[in-house]
Amino acid sequence: MNALATHIGNLRLERPGMVASGIMDETGGSMIRMLSLGAGAVVTKSIGSVTKEGHINPTFIEYPFGYLNAMGLPNPGIDEFADEMKDAVKAGVIIGSVFASSPKEFAELAVKMETYKASAVELNLSCPHAKGYGIEMGTDPDLVFKIVSAVKNAVKIPVHAKLTPNTHIITDIGKAVQDAGGDAVVAINTLKAMSISPEFARPVLSNKFGGLSGPALRPVGVRAIYDLRNALEIPLIGVGGIYDHRDAIEYIMAGADAFQVGSAIGKDINVLKKINAGLENFMKEFGYSSIEKMVGAAHE
Amino acid sequence: MNNVVKITSVKRESHDTRTFRFTFDKDAKAGQFVMVWVPGIDEIPMSLSSVRGKKSITVKAIGDATNAINKLEKGNYIGIRGPYGNGFSVEKSKNILIVGGGVGVAALMPLVRMTGSDTIIGARNKAEIIMKSDIERYSENVWVSTDDGSYGFKGNAVDLMKKKMKEKEYDLIVACGPEIMLYYVHKACTDASVDCQLSLERFMKCGAGLCGSCVMDGMRICEDGPVFNSEEITELKELGRFKRSPSGKKVKL
Repeated sequence: MNALATHIGNLRLERPGMVASGIMDETGGSMIRMLSLGAGAVVTKSIGSVTKEGHINPTFIEYPFGYLNAMGLPNPGIDEFADEMKDAVKAGVIIGSVFASSPKEFAELAVKMETYKASAVELNLSCPHAKGYGIEMGTDPDLVFKIVSAVKNAVKIPVHAKLTPNTHIITDIGKAVQDAGGDAVVAINTLKAMSISPEFARPVLSNKFGGLSGPALRPVGVRAIYDLRNALEIPLIGVGGIYDHRDAIEYIMAGADAFQVGSAIGKDINVLKKINAGLENFMKEFGYSSIEKMVGAAHE
Repeated sequence: MNNVVKITSVKRESHDTRTFRFTFDKDAKAGQFVMVWVPGIDEIPMSLSSVRGKKSITVKAIGDATNAINKLEKGNYIGIRGPYGNGFSVEKSKNILIVGGGVGVAALMPLVRMTGSDTIIGARNKAEIIMKSDIERYSENVWVSTDDGSYGFKGNAVDLMKKKMKEKEYDLIVACGPEIMLYYVHKACTDASVDCQLSLERFMKCGAGLCGSCVMDGMRICEDGPVFNSEEITELKELGRFKRSPSGKKVKL
C-alpha cells in the first residue's frame, strides 16, 4: 500500500503534493518534468480565453521571507494551450487552472480543459493583480456560487475553487463553493501587497500591486485551512509557503487532504521529492499509516 | 531584495555598446546574470561582464530597455537583483577555447580574466568588434572573425572555431552569442567529440526559477542555466527552433 496516496473526493493522487498554479506549468515540457520530480499532480498556469502577455517587468521581487509577484496572468490562451496539455496528461495528473470574467466564460474554459483530458479543473477566483479577474470576483459569495454552479453544470471532472486570503469572509466563500456543488476548495492564493523603491520614489512592480508568496504566507494559509475545515464538508487543498514536509503536515493537520507547493520550487526543483521522503519518515516515526490518518489531526 | 546601485563609470565599447560599472556587494560567478531595472521602462536579464570587485554589465542598444540603459551616465541609478543562474564551471578543463559572438563576448569576459584562455571574437564587421584590447591583456591568443572580412578572418565565428580546433587540441569550448551561432557551435563540438558549455538566453519574468516563462523543453534558462553543457544541449530540442513569447506561446525562430 502506498502510504502517501490521498483522495480529493474521487480524485486519487499517489502523492499528496502538487505543483501550485503559476509555477513551472506553462509548457508541456515543464509539467512533465515536475511530475517526474515527485509531484502528485501539476496545476497548470491559469489559462484564459485569449492570449495575454501579462504585465511588463518588473513583475517579481525577492524578499528573505518570500516573493512578491504581479505576472498579470500571462498565458497563450486556451486554444493554444491544447498542445501543451497533449503530452502532459499522458505523464500524470494535470489539473487545469482557468481564469475568466464571467460564469459563462469560466464554464467554457473548463469544458476545454475537460476535452484536453485534465483530471480536474481549478477555478482561479483569487489572483490579486489582474483587473477584472481573480479577487475582484472571488470575494463575492453570490458570484462565486454562480461561477461554480455554471462550471459544475458544464463538466463532469471535479471542480476545485482557489480562494483568496484577501477577505474576512473566506469561510462564507468556501460555503458558496460547497453549496454550488464544488468538489474541493484550494486555499490560499497570495496576499495582496506592494513594494516601493525609496531611491526612485515609485512602486517597484509595474502593476504597483502584487501577491506575496513564500514562507511569510504559511501561517495565514494554515489558519485559513483550519477555519475552512470547521466550516465545510468538501475536501481541502492547502497552499502557501510550504517548503518542507513539516510545513505540509501543518496544512494536513489543519484539515487539508492534499497540498500544493509553489515558491519553494524556485530554489529547489527537487523539493517535492524531498517532502515525500520527509513525510514517509515522519509518518513512520509518529505512527500514521496514511496521509488520510493525519488529515485534520490538529482539530479536537 | 531589489537593490538600487549607482553607476560609477561608463565605458564606450563600440558605437552602440557600453559597459556600466557599479558597486554590488554580492558574490557572483563568471556566467551569472542579474535582472536590471530601468524604472518606467522594463526589467531585463543581463550577463555580468565583471564579477570580482565592482560588477559590470555591457549593454548593446537594441530594444527599449537597452536603449534607455545606454543613455545613463556616471552617477545615475539602476535597479539590480540577483545574481542568478549557474555560471560556467571550467575547473576540470585544461585547454579552453572561448567563443563570443556580438555582445555575447561580454558575458565571457569574466572567464577570460579568470583563465586567460584562447578567445575568438565574432563580429558582423570591424565596427562591431568589442573588448578586443581588454581580452588581449589576459589571453595570449585572440582571434577575430568578421562576416564581411573587414577585420581578421572572413567568415563567422563558428568557421573560425572549427579551423582553430583542427590546429590545436581543446577539451572545452565555451560560447555565448546569437542562438543560431550556438546551435552550430554545439553541432561542431558534437561532431568533434569536444565538450562545450553554452550560455543561452530567453525572455524572462522572475529570473529565479519560478514562473517558467524562460523554459526550453522544461529546463529553466534562468535557474537550470543559463549555462548548459553539451549533453544537456542535446536534449534541448527547442534550441535554434522555437522560443516562447511573453504569453508563453511557442514561436518559430
